[in-house]
Amino acid sequence: MTVQLDARPPATPATGNPRQSSGRLSRFDTRFSPYLYIAPFFLIFGVFGAYPLAYTFWVSLHDWDLLGADHPFVGAENYTRLLADTDFWHALVNTLGIFVISTVPQLLAALWLANLLNRGLRARTGWRMAVLVPNVTSTAAVAIVFGVLFGREFGMINWLLDLVGLDAIEWKSNRLASWVAISAMVDWRWTGYNALILLAAMQAIPRDLYEAAAIDGASRVRQFWSVTVPLLKPTIIFCTIIATIGGLQLFTEPRMFHSGTNPIRGGPLRESQTLTMYMFENAFAPHYNFGYGSAVAWLLFALIAIVAAVNVLILRRLGGGARPNARKGTTR
Amino acid sequence: MAVFPRRRLAAVALAAATALLVTAGCGGGDEPGDGKITLTVDVFGQFGYEQLYQEYMAANPDVKIVERGTGTNLDEYSPKLTQWLAAGRGAGDVVAIEEGLLVEYKANPANFVNLLDHGAADLKGNFLEWKWNAGLTADGKQLIGLGTDVGGIAICYRKDLFEKAGLPTERDAVSKLWPTWPDYITTGERFTAAKTGASFLDGATNTFNTILLQTAGNTTGYSYYDTSGNLVVDSNPSVRQAWDTTMDIIDSGLSGKYGSWSEEWVSAFKQSKFATIACPAWMTGVIEANAGTDAQGKWDIARVPGNGGNWGGSHLAVPKQSKHQAEAIELAKFLTSAKGQIGAFKAKGPLPSSPQALDDPAITGATNAYFSGAPVGAIFGTGAKSLKPVYMGPKNQAVRTEVENAVRTVELGQRNPAQGWTDAVNNAKKAAAK
Repeated sequence: MTVQLDARPPATPATGNPRQSSGRLSRFDTRFSPYLYIAPFFLIFGVFGAYPLAYTFWVSLHDWDLLGADHPFVGAENYTRLLADTDFWHALVNTLGIFVISTVPQLLAALWLANLLNRGLRARTGWRMAVLVPNVTSTAAVAIVFGVLFGREFGMINWLLDLVGLDAIEWKSNRLASWVAISAMVDWRWTGYNALILLAAMQAIPRDLYEAAAIDGASRVRQFWSVTVPLLKPTIIFCTIIATIGGLQLFTEPRMFHSGTNPIRGGPLRESQTLTMYMFENAFAPHYNFGYGSAVAWLLFALIAIVAAVNVLILRRLGGGARPNARKGTTR
Repeated sequence: MAVFPRRRLAAVALAAATALLVTAGCGGGDEPGDGKITLTVDVFGQFGYEQLYQEYMAANPDVKIVERGTGTNLDEYSPKLTQWLAAGRGAGDVVAIEEGLLVEYKANPANFVNLLDHGAADLKGNFLEWKWNAGLTADGKQLIGLGTDVGGIAICYRKDLFEKAGLPTERDAVSKLWPTWPDYITTGERFTAAKTGASFLDGATNTFNTILLQTAGNTTGYSYYDTSGNLVVDSNPSVRQAWDTTMDIIDSGLSGKYGSWSEEWVSAFKQSKFATIACPAWMTGVIEANAGTDAQGKWDIARVPGNGGNWGGSHLAVPKQSKHQAEAIELAKFLTSAKGQIGAFKAKGPLPSSPQALDDPAITGATNAYFSGAPVGAIFGTGAKSLKPVYMGPKNQAVRTEVENAVRTVELGQRNPAQGWTDAVNNAKKAAAK
């Protein structure tokens, strides 16, 4: 990231050297070309980010049948209806439940894995690449395979349970079981990814801190909790926010986990229907109510912002304030 | 580091070029050079048009036909089609629309070419009257789609499993086992008592829909909505009757609980896990595709309990966004002609909606080798002309989804029948209001 700093145009000629700024073009150049350089991001964000966001909000204020010709303005009606919609709250609980079940173990496992990878291993690069392999596989493929593994009758997991004399579990029509199954595939896919990010941050921690800790008599476990974890805090916050955004937008895994008629419900009683699935169910099949679906999308947006903020607050509180050298240690 | 931006630029350029190529390829337009027009046909399930395309392309050398979506579940197909129509691009030149969804598309007829403007009125006699009328908008001024098939119902069963259970295997004898649905349940109990390792039927939702459409067709003529468009889930005796019969089936432990169209359902076909399935004519193609060649000759077809019934059937429409409307209309006319319907029936089993085709010896004498040489033409075709249509209301699909899900919760033991019925009614009302 530091490379971009070099790209900053020299500011001195314009202000400190009036002789050279005689050309109007040159003055224009120094003043405005930086904006031109950063413009592409904002243009692309405007077209693909801000515009859809605003348009979705506009749609959410209308009674908007996807195929219909008229879209009458209804104001906040979609939102008030949505807040009274039990299926919406049900999907919200599902989403948060799956999020907690998947994210907490995932980040803990990633931290542990990163710590292991940070040691002197043989074929270190090989191991580090190996943890990323699940992340490279297609989500849909993973979800289909897990969907088959967790099948009620022909699934391998229930077969294994049967081998050890346990009753088969209704993975797809039991609320908690389906959350666990979906969390399992999320964790399988993302633990390695987070581990690599944490590993990169771990390697930026100066060795002498550990040496000093060792001289003071700190055990490895104590070093991990008192040196590594506090210094990793900014990175952990970053991972948590990324996991929050991904977790609350969870769609492909639960959608592909279910097959058959109307899989968008996430089971007969909406056992594992997430908010994005609920949004799809309303905006597209079978309701085709675009306005209502857009309102779901906006509430989801608000929810992600809130949960991310809460995450940051909680993590800031944990283990005291961030140390100054920790801030310096990261490049973000 | 200096090399990096340039390399990235190259990568971006490559990606952009690829994207351009891909979009150009997806445009569905003409390929310059050979002067051919490409017509895209969107279908779901099994329509059996492959042979017909070959004939049509041989007769019209300037047309190339590409079909998308064979084997696709209707629930995956319909949102795609709706998005294409809403976006104004992406839909095929000819699109298949299932009867339950046709009502929703008819509410916005501007998305489709009015086939009456293109000489379709002359074809009226080629279709069963109600099938023709189903393709018309409420005011009768626009014809959205030409009828393809209708869904005469039978029961497809596994001869080998019946034999194992000590039941008759000949189709006439099997038909005599179940003149009514209670008899079907009694037979199922005999089958279950024999412990073959298979369930008597695949799942309750398909059976429920079969009973509902049969009951509604024979009595009120409508199911979830009355003909004025009012939601009557809780007051239509047909719905309640179908519900109660299905509850009896579930209660007797006959269902294998395989969710229709799920991966487990497909596996259950392959692993011979159930003995009977409610079988509209188009289902024979689905069974053959799911159960595979290993099960050839193990299946047979018997009469449906109760009296007849109609489930399913589609129309072919031409979206206004098609760039080759004239050619697409000609193709739709060809595929829905008596000849086209006979060809589709022979390939994958959908029963014609054309009286001429139904009378044709190719249909009346047709047998199906996969189903032990069952006289499918006679089984499905008899009474097809006297089928009574069931009226479908504006939010039929959404309401049906809710009610069938309630059936499924009872089947899986999540709800008792009384709770399930309450759910069905409440959720249906909620879905209808959306």
